[in-house]
Order: sequence, then structure tokens, then C-alpha cells
Amino acid sequence: MNVDWLFFLEISLAGLGTGGLYALTGLAFVIIYKATRVVNLAIGDMLMIGAYLFFAFSAGLGLPLWISVPAALLGVAALGALIERTMIRPMLGESPISSFMVTVGLSSILVGLVELIWTADQRRLPEFLPTTPIQIGEAFLPPKIFYGFWIAVSLIALVLLTFRFWRGGIALRATASDQAAAYSMGINVPRVFSLSWCFAALIAGVAGIVVGTIGGLSSTMGVFGLSVLVVVIFGGLDSVLGALVGGLFVGLIEAWAGTYLGGEYKLLATFSLLVLILLVRPYGLFGTHEIERL
Amino acid sequence: MRIGSAKQSYRVDEALFDSTTQQTWFGVLVLMLAAFPFVANDYWLYLACLVSINIASTIGLNILTGYTGLVSLGQAAFMGLGAYTVAILQIRYGTPFLLNLLAGGVVAMIGGIVVGLPSLRVKGLYLAIATIAAGFMTHFLFSHWASLTGGTGGLTVPPATFLGNELDTSFRIYWFVVPITVLMLFGAANLFRTRIGRAFIAIRDRDISAAVLGIPLLRYKLMSFALSSFYAGVAGGMFAYFFRLVTPESFPLIMSIFFLAAVIVGGMGTILGSVLGAVFMTLVPELLKLIVGWLPLGGNATLVLSPVRTIVFGLMIVLFLILEPHGLAEIWRRIRRVFHLWPFRT
Repeated sequence: MNVDWLFFLEISLAGLGTGGLYALTGLAFVIIYKATRVVNLAIGDMLMIGAYLFFAFSAGLGLPLWISVPAALLGVAALGALIERTMIRPMLGESPISSFMVTVGLSSILVGLVELIWTADQRRLPEFLPTTPIQIGEAFLPPKIFYGFWIAVSLIALVLLTFRFWRGGIALRATASDQAAAYSMGINVPRVFSLSWCFAALIAGVAGIVVGTIGGLSSTMGVFGLSVLVVVIFGGLDSVLGALVGGLFVGLIEAWAGTYLGGEYKLLATFSLLVLILLVRPYGLFGTHEIERL
Repeated sequence: MRIGSAKQSYRVDEALFDSTTQQTWFGVLVLMLAAFPFVANDYWLYLACLVSINIASTIGLNILTGYTGLVSLGQAAFMGLGAYTVAILQIRYGTPFLLNLLAGGVVAMIGGIVVGLPSLRVKGLYLAIATIAAGFMTHFLFSHWASLTGGTGGLTVPPATFLGNELDTSFRIYWFVVPITVLMLFGAANLFRTRIGRAFIAIRDRDISAAVLGIPLLRYKLMSFALSSFYAGVAGGMFAYFFRLVTPESFPLIMSIFFLAAVIVGGMGTILGSVLGAVFMTLVPELLKLIVGWLPLGGNATLVLSPVRTIVFGLMIVLFLILEPHGLAEIWRRIRRVFHLWPFRT
């Protein structure tokens, strides 16, 4: 069989590009899961809200880029805080399945809101990334995907550094590893909860703006979140490293399946991967295996 | 005020209907169900059939999620399996429709067992997300196995025939959908008076304790999956006969979420809850249609309806979980208690 290696390389690079965004959104997911133990099915829809807010500020109000991006991010972070305060806080102490279902409901509410405000029609975001094709070696890459990847990578690096050195980040890690101990050391755990949702929403917002620029806006953008679910299950729900590795890997798999088998095989490939990983390593590649005792 | 009833044997204590009051009311309900088609118009009959199909599937999911504690977002996929089986049997072989429904249930059951296989290794949320995969895989199967399923165009199902009568109107379909659903309700209610049902409840409450008590976890979890998807399969079969068209898009992920929502809104782990939840979740959108129709929106009414529906759907899940986690069944119990204890307060 004659394999076109250059073509293969191009697809793989493009796959890694999307994978960066998966990793970024996966990171937002992991932050929420680590801090509040909530599996957030609505992550894709929070991403969508970020993109639509950016659309509203830049195309709707005609604001320049340097105002509309921060404004959209502020908006989506505020939304994250609002969601945490009104929907997640009351579910503290309930079974994880209940809070999971709350996010399922939330996802539906967000989709409905977007359709109500912006209608279900497909929209286009203003172009703000450079449009000259990028050449790596001999392979050509769509510029949007290339820049999207680097935005994702730099944001991920920023988040990791924040966790490492900022007080709030350390508080978050402390809460994640042992809530009761964090409480007794004077960490304001409810504040950490709010913070983690704010933070995650913000990250998802960035991912949303980039995804929207690449693929356009529609109320079905939340499907992106389904792939992200596979990413975090693959890497382990509570592992940052897992989200990064899983993101890139799922991005690659989707790109390969999409090109060589056809677009409709994309989700099939990711979900087959999901089933496979659940059977082999139920807690993901890097997830903590919870030991249960009676 | 009703005074407590003295029960003198375990049999009486375990009875499905433990008082004559209950028996009487149940009789009244059956009479009402039998009289309904003669007084209702086509629209209400259509709704009644739809509600009945949804009830059947919701009970199935409640067996799995409410009683066994395994959250599943794959109910629509199993319904799809049942619907396609029924459609294919009806079109190709024209076998009797009751047999087709049974076959649909069995095929869905096999699908359920396959999807349930990871349930011993993973549980809770991991399992919930794994069941989402079932939806995608069945969708893929339905749209790509074109020689059998008709591809994306789907299959048009000829009406079921019973003793030479074609069941092609809501009035006629009512007479087979509602009795089957009532039968399935009884099946589920009785299930939890048996060893198997009790084992399910033990697994829900604490699976490790259940294992210590000698309940083989994998076998019972798979059994729960099998039963639940059998219900879904039969419901899907009725769906196929009712809408007479099955396409891969008939069973989206949102439908699975709908049934999970019905279980939550009705009340997890109660038979009554499955009924109330399914009725409520099916009728609220219709009610919304009415309300939006009344509002002075001009030509925008249809444009606004669909997003409003989506929002209300999500709000119902969220509000019920936060404010009334035990669902409508709990509200019903509270109302009953008020009547029992009147004139005293609870």
C-alpha cells in the first residue's frame, strides 16, 4: 500500500491542533472535577456561551478585539460563578449522580438560551487570526488551527504555572486532595468552589472563541463537549496530565478517522476508544483508582 | 381519618394492593382508561399513546437507575434497537405484532447486556458516560447498515394487524399500547417483591455490602441492564408501530436524557414515580405550546417555542433535583399523608 506520508503528516498536525483545544477544554473540566467532584456535562455548552458572548461583543456591538475578548471572558466567568452559586452549591453533599444530572439540565438551559437570544442559525465569528498558510517542513497547515493550538498551549502553560505558584491555585489543589483538611487549615472551601467554576468557565470561554473561529457558531457546538468527555475519561477524570495527553490523542484519532474513513466515523472512533479504555483501564491512563472499603 | 390497618400475615403485608381503598381506586382507574378512547378526541388519544409508550420506557430506566443505582444515558439507543427489530420483522416477514414486540425486547436486551458489561469495573459517572457511547454506536449502525435499516432514510413500518384489523388510528393503537404498558407496570411492581428485585435494591444502596451478602454483582447488574433494555425495546417497538417511521434520528441522545429526566422528576426508585414523571415530562411541552400560543408574540410563536421548551426541560431537571429530589412521587405521598392524618397536621 502506498501511503502518502506528507498528507498523513498534514492531517496529524491538524489533528494535534484540534487536540490542543480538546486538552484545553479537558483542563477546564478537570479543574471543576478536582475541586468540586462534579462531572460537568455542560462543559461544551459553557464553551459555546463564551463563543457567543464574543460574537455579541465583536460582531453585534462592533467592539474592537482587545475589548470584546476580555469582555466575553469576564461574562462567561461571571456565568460560571452564577452557575456554581445557584445550581452546584445547593447540591453539596448530594450523590455525585445528582450533581451530574444538574449539569445535564444546565446544558439544556444554556442551549435553549442561546437559541432564544441568537436563534439556531449558523453564525460566523470575525476573523482575527492571521490567514497566511503555515508551513512546517513540507506540510501545510490551516493557520486557524495552528494559532488555535498555540493559544491553547500557552493558556495551558499559564494555568499550570498558576496552580503551582499562586495562592488561589494552591488552595485549589489543597481542596482537591482533602476537603476537610483544607477546611481546617483555614482555606475558604466554598470560595475555592466558586473560583474553580469561574476559572474553568474562563478557560472554556477561550477554547470556545478559538473553536468558534475555526468552525463557526451554532447551537450544536456543545457536541464538542462530548469529545472532551472522552478525553477526560481517557486521561482520568482528575488528572491534568491525563487531560493534556488525552486531548492530543483524541484529536489525532479523530483526524485520522475523519480523513481515512469519513466524517461520520469521527465520533464513532472516539467513543470506541472510550469503551476500550473503560474495559482496559477503567480509571483512565492517569486517573486515581479509588479504593473502596466498607 | 384512616386508622392503620392491622396486618395479620406476611402475605397481606406484602400484597401489591394492601387495602380495599387501593383496590377500589385501581378499579376506577382501569374503568377510566377503558372509557377514555370513547370520550377523547384524536389529539388526546395521540397524547395518551405517546404518554403510554414513554411510561413503558421510563419504568425500564427506573429499574436500572432508580432501583439498581446504575445511571444510564443509553435508553434511547435500546428503544432504537427494539424499534428497528420490530420494523424489520414487520416489513420482511410480517410476523404477528406481539411476537415482533417480544423480539424487539429481546434484541434490545442483548444490546443492554453488552453495554452493561463494563458495569462491574466502572460505576457511577464513568458508567453513565460509557452508556452515551451506546447511543452513538447504535446510531452509526442504523445509518450505515443500509441494506437492513434503510440507511438515513429509515424504514416505513406497515400498521400492525390484529385479527384482521389494521391498527392504524390512535384509537385502535390505544387498545394495544395501554394494556401492554399496564402489564409492564405490573411486572415492574412485582419485580421488587421478588429475590431479584430485592437484590437490585441492595446493590443500589451499597454494592460492596451487597456482594458481602452473597449477591453476585455482575450477574445482577447485567440482569438489571437486560430487564431495563427489554422494557426499552418493547417501548421502542410500540414507538415504531405508533409513528410508523423509524430513522436513525428518531432516537437521539436528548431522548435518553428525557427518560432520565422523567425518572428524576417522577421520583427515583418508585413505580408511581415512573408514571408521574413520564406523564409530566410528556405533557409539559404540550402545555407550553398552548401557553406560547396564547402569548401575544405575533408570528414568532413557533420560533420561540423550541428554545423555550429546551430551557423549561433543563429547568425542570435542575429545579426538581435541588428542591424536590424525591420527585413527584414524594409530593403525591405528602398529599396522601395530609388526607390520612386530617384533621391533624403532619
